[in-house]
Amino acid sequence: MAFKGQIVIDTERCKGCAVCLAACPMQVIELSKNVNGKGYNYTEVVNDKCIGCASCAMVCPDGVISVYKKQC
Amino acid sequence: MANTDIEQRKQELLNQGYTEVYTKTKVLTDAVLHYCPGCGHGTTHRLVAEVIDEMGIQDKTVGVSPVGCSVMAYNYFDVDFQEAAHGRAPALATAIKRLNPDCFVFTYQGDGDLAAIGTAETIHACNRGENITMIFVNNGIYGMTGGQMAPTTLVGMKSATTPYGRNVALNGYPLRITELLATLPGTYYVTRQSVQTPAAVRKAKAAIRKAFENQKLQKGVSFVEIVSNCNSGWKMTPVAANKWMEENMFPNYPIGDIKVDGKIAEGIDANRLVLSHPLTVVNK
Repeated sequence: MAFKGQIVIDTERCKGCAVCLAACPMQVIELSKNVNGKGYNYTEVVNDKCIGCASCAMVCPDGVISVYKKQC
Repeated sequence: MANTDIEQRKQELLNQGYTEVYTKTKVLTDAVLHYCPGCGHGTTHRLVAEVIDEMGIQDKTVGVSPVGCSVMAYNYFDVDFQEAAHGRAPALATAIKRLNPDCFVFTYQGDGDLAAIGTAETIHACNRGENITMIFVNNGIYGMTGGQMAPTTLVGMKSATTPYGRNVALNGYPLRITELLATLPGTYYVTRQSVQTPAAVRKAKAAIRKAFENQKLQKGVSFVEIVSNCNSGWKMTPVAANKWMEENMFPNYPIGDIKVDGKIAEGIDANRLVLSHPLTVVNK
């Protein structure tokens, strides 16, 4: 049973700590070259391999990640 | 993305047949956390808030915030909060719990607050067996004031006040207050957890949940230590700090339950509880 996931990142609240990058098993997340209003390189989704495991959201200290998934 | 864009995007996904797996709990306010990027405090806040949300006790929970990095915890939790004088959170929580026995009362403290200036309050609240939950975030350093040595700083660990590393002859030994509290008869549940990986976060959440549930039993203090990083105090990136924590903090502060349901947990060496467990020397 495969799942396809989507994450929504609140980029303005993201502090670019990169803890979610280390936690992601599919290397879906990267730090953006752009910065947000506070000057942090926020995280962004770079591919569509997300499986909706919510590991990134689990470790995010600022709770900026929401995770959605559906069966495919 | 602005807030409305995020809400729109979430709604779009729901319309496309996605189900929500995870989103920030409503028990946390929308205020942006003032903590440094990657700090374990944020994760711990979220876990406490999620437990309050899941238990449905938002309207009868009272938190007590300390002095330290988490001094402004009251800004982030959408529950009743009191601010205690430095180290006195357990004393304040005692009063709140005794006056409102139906409330769920928790203290949220760091190592400088709980294990240094508040040692007396901590030990006596635990020894009296107050029916409260204590969340203790241990990052081995005074984070807010600029990374000075704390009682929990490891032997050999460099800090602002121990630039050549903590020296036992000069600065004494790290204080493992969680083991110390486990030996007191008033504690009912004592555990040490961490929040650096998804697996650790889930375990920590289960421990916090148990600590809150225990308040219904009226059996004594439930104490949860969260070993956390302090990447700015340790002068590391958040990911490197988490790795350093696993390699150096965990041997000195072993993760796991120490006391469960009023009894010392299985597999806990008695030597560890009398603080003769060998400490490792770190080099940073």
